[in-house]
Amino acid sequence: MPPERNRTETGQPGQGKAVMVRADGVTKTFGRGASMVTALDRVSLSINENEFLTLLGPSGCGKTTLLRLIAGFELPDAGQILLDGQEIGHLPPYQRPVNTVFQSYALFPHMSVARNIGFGLEMQGRPASEVAQTTARMLALVRMEDMADRRTDQLSGGQQQRVALARALAPHPKVLLLDEPLSALDLKLRKNMQIELKRLQNETGITFIFVTHDQEEALTMSDRIAVMSAGRILQVGTPKEIYHRPSSRFVADFIGDINIFAATLEKTGPDGATVTLPGGGKAVAQVHAAGVVPGPVSVAIRPEDMHLTAAEDKSAAIRGRIGNVVYFGSGNNVHVTLADGTEVIVRSNEAGAVDSPVGIAFSPGKLQVLED
Amino acid sequence: MTDLSASTVADNLARARRISESTARRRRLQLLMPALIVIGIFGLFPLTITATYSFLSPGTYGGVRWEFSTDAYVQFLFQRDIFDDTLSFSDSYLRIIGRSVGLAFVTTIGALILGFPTAYFIASKPPNQRNLWLFLITLPFWTNLLIRTYAILLIIRDEGLINFALVGSGLRSTPLNILYTDPAVFIGLIYSYLPFMVLPLYASLEKLDFKLVEAAYDLYATRLQVLRRVIIPLARPGIVAGCILVFIPGLGAYITPTLLGGGKKLMMGNMIAEQFGASRNWPFGSAAALILMTVVMLALVVYVRNSGQGGRRHG
Amino acid sequence: MADARRPRTMDLRKQPGFNQIAWLCLIFLYAPIVVLIVFSFNDNRSVVRWTEFSLRWYAAALDNQGIRNATIVSFKVASVATVFGTILATMAALATTRTAPFRGQTLSYAIINQPLMVPEIVTAVSTLALFAIIKQLTGLTGIGYLMLAHTVFCIPFAYMPIRARLEDMSLTLEQAAADLYATPFQVFRRVTLPMMSPGIVAGAMLAFVVSLDDVIITLMVAGPGETTLPIYILGQIRRGITPEINAVSTLLLGLSVILVTAFFLIGQRRR
Ligand SMILES: Nc1ncnc2c1ncn2[C@@H]1O[C@H](COP(=O)(O)OP(=O)(O)OP(=O)(O)O)[C@@H](O)[C@H]1O
Ligand SMILES: [Mg+2]
Repeated sequence: MPPERNRTETGQPGQGKAVMVRADGVTKTFGRGASMVTALDRVSLSINENEFLTLLGPSGCGKTTLLRLIAGFELPDAGQILLDGQEIGHLPPYQRPVNTVFQSYALFPHMSVARNIGFGLEMQGRPASEVAQTTARMLALVRMEDMADRRTDQLSGGQQQRVALARALAPHPKVLLLDEPLSALDLKLRKNMQIELKRLQNETGITFIFVTHDQEEALTMSDRIAVMSAGRILQVGTPKEIYHRPSSRFVADFIGDINIFAATLEKTGPDGATVTLPGGGKAVAQVHAAGVVPGPVSVAIRPEDMHLTAAEDKSAAIRGRIGNVVYFGSGNNVHVTLADGTEVIVRSNEAGAVDSPVGIAFSPGKLQVLED
Repeated sequence: MTDLSASTVADNLARARRISESTARRRRLQLLMPALIVIGIFGLFPLTITATYSFLSPGTYGGVRWEFSTDAYVQFLFQRDIFDDTLSFSDSYLRIIGRSVGLAFVTTIGALILGFPTAYFIASKPPNQRNLWLFLITLPFWTNLLIRTYAILLIIRDEGLINFALVGSGLRSTPLNILYTDPAVFIGLIYSYLPFMVLPLYASLEKLDFKLVEAAYDLYATRLQVLRRVIIPLARPGIVAGCILVFIPGLGAYITPTLLGGGKKLMMGNMIAEQFGASRNWPFGSAAALILMTVVMLALVVYVRNSGQGGRRHG
Repeated sequence: MADARRPRTMDLRKQPGFNQIAWLCLIFLYAPIVVLIVFSFNDNRSVVRWTEFSLRWYAAALDNQGIRNATIVSFKVASVATVFGTILATMAALATTRTAPFRGQTLSYAIINQPLMVPEIVTAVSTLALFAIIKQLTGLTGIGYLMLAHTVFCIPFAYMPIRARLEDMSLTLEQAAADLYATPFQVFRRVTLPMMSPGIVAGAMLAFVVSLDDVIITLMVAGPGETTLPIYILGQIRRGITPEINAVSTLLLGLSVILVTAFFLIGQRRR
């Protein structure tokens, strides 16, 4: 194993680092004729060395398919896949220095934990002593030293998860692919494993491509997130970028709670765009998407980026009546109905009486213009 | 970075795909062919021989003479007079076919009447007990049919346990004559093929959602109504499969009629066998075999027609 | 409230009389066999009147040259048919499960299952006809014909559990092995084969039992001196009932039960 590397947190992760995986115009379809499904549609994506990249998207959007293409279980219809600068799209899985952690773990039930972990090295024809050494080190890495001789079906879900990780890490692949590896674990174990995974990635310096359904998981663990929908990648960026500057309505809607409403864009300036909101109020909104022109647009803002004010308060951008207050532990979600019927959710510590008029003020710089 | 031209990549991909597809096809063929060839030559091909033989003339000592003849089929309906070669209608073979179909049919009904409650009973057991029951029901199927039939014979013959008990207890003065009658064959057939009825029935009843039963009760259905209107329609695929699985081997049964029917109560199975043995009319035996095959195929067609859409029609 | 009309929840699933019929079925299935077994240990010649426990009929059966020869023939035929039938079935099962759907798949299933769909008596006489032709053409004789006939009908029986096992096995394990640098042959050697071995064992046991028990095809195809145990028993039954037959039958039953129970336990073990 190479020496441990310290990851540097830069604003733009991956800047100045080598590209480890590159997909270029990758297309994959299944079936023929009427029942044809386009699982991936001209997907292009670069993943840097030692990066933790998460693929996030609704069910059926092609996340697993992308991983399977990188692992070599499927051949692309078109496009190329490069690993460390080499075209690998046509190679069988056993010739790719890429390993997978399967969602179901896929541990070999007829082998002990240690044999499972050593399998990849053994298949690579490494000498027995090396296999034993690396296996021992991997067992220690995932804290399973006592379990070496156990049968894999005698392990708990979390333990199986660790063995699967150790097995995939043992041959020290250039890239580790993880397809919803945590989805079978209960919440607490899952939190632990999230930390564990980050630690392992730091210690091994391997590039991780991680698939999850869980947006919170994606936001906390990733260096960058690629949001997918219907076989396409919609946006790639750091968790912050994805959360605060979603480029499209889909991304905005998919991650976290967000309020989206219709507005009219007046003009764009250096500080952003001036928009007219429902009810006639004006506000400045950020524009990240290209090609936005004056006229009707959608604007979005997170519930926590707004606060309630008195109805007459001048700082209020929009006004409405309180419809419903939902308490959720660390605060309230206050549902406010605007004059035109749009419902807006504001996160607030105070509740406010139902049906009373309120104003809503925006934190500066948080309102976004979305690309539809 | 990379200077791979798009065409090289596409070539590589196309080659990889071609290779993986052709290896897959070749390997599949290599693995599959031996079994298909063996069964083809020694399982399927002989059927065409039988079909051919049924249109030839019998040889003197078994076998056939290569002379076209439909006598084998004519023989089912008519008897040829040895002296003047005239044909006269005879129903003796028709009766054998009739008895076979009749016995197989009655056996199927009997097995259904016994098998349905049994399958239902097993399906309503907790899962861990179900497997034991299933095992107990299937076990006899895997043991020697000849020996099981022999065991029945031991019990029902005149000196058997049943008559020993009947006469011994004074219920009857003379033994009840069961052996070598149609009822004996009927008992033997049910006994032989009951597991074939229970297993598919169980398979479809096991999938039955008992919430539906509860819903029916909730809507004021009586037990009988629940059975007739909910359970039986849902179990239809299993009922059809079970009936076919009992009917087909019942029709072609050999051991049961031989042992329990004696020489006299022939069914198609032993009638066919006889033609290849003692009385040695291979073409006639072949024709009979072909007729049996046809009935079986018809039953299978009925099965295929009914199995797909089972349950929905009444549900 | 509807509850007044509803039977108590505990009984909802039950139908009157069903339990009794189920138990009746079980008794019906086992009583004759039990009688046979019990009286095979009877000192007396009778199969109705119990006198004393004795193993004399077993001793007599083991001493009987006819029975011994028939047993040897049975085991020879069953072993050969099991080995070849299981190998062919294993290969076919691999071909029909480990690939994407292919043209001719349904046809392949139909051909493999053909021996199960055709009534045994039809198979028996057809095989007899074929073998008669081959014998005439080649002049070859011997027990090989019988072994071949058994191999053919052993294939679908061995095929069933092997295919079921393969279908239960998720492809993911093999993919995981390929992902860990195992070549296709290594994947087969190290993962597929060990994983499917319970299925192969089960298939072989079924094939063995089915071959050991066969009557009709053997009756038609077997030449002189190729009497298997069931054929021998059939001949004896036709001649009259002797307690010796009960003893042999019990032994044969016992063997089948042991094999099938083992088969069942293998099935249970794989969760
Ligand atoms: N082997 C296959 N045959 C046919 N269609 C497939 C196959 N694999 C995937 N698909 C289809 O391709 C699309 C993408 O599937 P994929 O498994 O990549 O989705 P996913 O994003 O991983 O979804 P999930 O979050 O549910 O796992 C789906 O519409 C799926 O039905
Ligand atoms: Mg997936």
